[in-house]
Amino acid sequence: MIKIENVSKVFKTKSGLVPGVDDVSLSVDKGEIYGIVGYSGAGKSTLLRCMNILERPTTGKVFIDGVELLSLAKKELREARQSMGMIFQGFYLVSSKTVFENVTFALKAAGVPKAKRKDRVLELLELVGLQDKIDDYPAQLSGGQKQRVSIARALANNPKVLLCDEATSALDPGTTKSILKLLKKINQEFGITIVIITHEMEVVKEICHRCAVMQDGRVIEEGPTYEIFANPTESLTKAFIQTVLNFELPEKLLQNCTGTLMRLQFRGDIAGDAIVSDMLQAFPVRGNILHGKVEYIGDIPLGIFIMEMTGEQSEVDKAIAYLEGRVNQLEVIQHAR
Amino acid sequence: MLDRIIEILPELNTAFFETMLMVGISLLVAILIGLPMGILLYVTDKGLFLESRPIKLVVGVIVNLIRSIPFIILLVFLIPFTKLLTSTTIGPLAASVSLSVAAIPFYARIVESAAREIDKGVIEAAVAVGASPWMIIKDIIFPEAKPGLISGLTITAISLIGYSAMAGTVGGGGIGDLAIRYGYYRYDDTVMFTTVIVLIVLVQFVQYLGDFIAKAVNKR
Repeated sequence: MIKIENVSKVFKTKSGLVPGVDDVSLSVDKGEIYGIVGYSGAGKSTLLRCMNILERPTTGKVFIDGVELLSLAKKELREARQSMGMIFQGFYLVSSKTVFENVTFALKAAGVPKAKRKDRVLELLELVGLQDKIDDYPAQLSGGQKQRVSIARALANNPKVLLCDEATSALDPGTTKSILKLLKKINQEFGITIVIITHEMEVVKEICHRCAVMQDGRVIEEGPTYEIFANPTESLTKAFIQTVLNFELPEKLLQNCTGTLMRLQFRGDIAGDAIVSDMLQAFPVRGNILHGKVEYIGDIPLGIFIMEMTGEQSEVDKAIAYLEGRVNQLEVIQHAR
Repeated sequence: MLDRIIEILPELNTAFFETMLMVGISLLVAILIGLPMGILLYVTDKGLFLESRPIKLVVGVIVNLIRSIPFIILLVFLIPFTKLLTSTTIGPLAASVSLSVAAIPFYARIVESAAREIDKGVIEAAVAVGASPWMIIKDIIFPEAKPGLISGLTITAISLIGYSAMAGTVGGGGIGDLAIRYGYYRYDDTVMFTTVIVLIVLVQFVQYLGDFIAKAVNKR
């Protein structure tokens, strides 16, 4: 649905040319929710804005549904944009217009005849759950409600693609969840392809099928969300994943541990506890689970245990070797003392 | 003193309407030409949807050129142009020409800065939705800048009331003219004070009305 080929964007600043996006190629399939994560300044917003030519790439090609956007004339580009909705961190609603008028504007821009606008707006407001706010002004709405209006506006012309620029970053965790739920619903019900820019790995974990990690204008890692969470290769990716799968053990507990401390990771298709109990029966060691958690990433579980193992060092080593062949990942955090 | 005021009343009345006529005409011209000019200055700015350096530069230079000429000089400078347009150089109608010329760039700059107050993201969201430039101007910039446009019009009107007094010195008529003729040339303090009070009340009224409307249209 979206295909980006060798896109670069160079900004002219006082200190010279600064690359915002550096030779990025990626493709997003139809009906997919695609996440792009990175710290601020990584170029992810610029990349997203290149997808609807709010930012014109310096070099490269942008295809939406097979159409190369950079080759389009102004009017054709406007029409192409009508098939791509966009929502922003700052909502960007027109403060002098009511909720109804804000959504109507998108229809008006696409040349929808006046008689047909009202029904469509009511339909959209019902979808986002704001039927009762129709005549309110943006100043009267909460952040989550404003984002819902902007989603209604973005969906007005039945777009094929929805671009989300840090759409949940200004919202509290509860509201973020409800907005993500709405986006998921939109994706499932209408098959709209969604691209989400975010610095919150939680958002990616929650709804993205695939994701890319950006740093210094480049995509450094890309893949299905589950794979990224289960087998991150880049250190930045690991740091991002840490923010979700956080297993900080209390300092005191670490000090009191005398055995070998390890972190085990199980993929969804393996029953983690069964492997551990098999291991405990096969080797004369004692295992003590200090921490455990199962995260669901797109409905597939990812189990993580932190375990202390005590016993003869040679037996412990054998047990570790046994586990290494069976679990997804094993990392010794602290050796026996 | 009261007798003197009553005596001057008919002339004051004429002068008042002359002032209103001059200010009204030039204000209208400011809206008709200055407003689009200000919008043009804004939308051709860097990073906006009609970005154009040449247009921005040319319009900007014209605006600055007129704005840098002191009004009293502009008044004299534009006499041939006034004659061409109104076939006279005296009276409120003739004075309206140079007042209008001064009002256009004045209001244009105010419009530009009022439009700048709009969050660029709001305009970007409209671009992203595929709206045409005209639609963005009409449906986004205009309503969003409305409070600023109205208070800008208030500022322009009050400045024009001041300028119209200068226009009086070259035979434009109006309250300022009355004040100068009686108060300055004839040392008639009563007329002087009366006109000053009329001007104060007028300016207060315009300011109050402007603030009131600006507040009424502000939905923020």
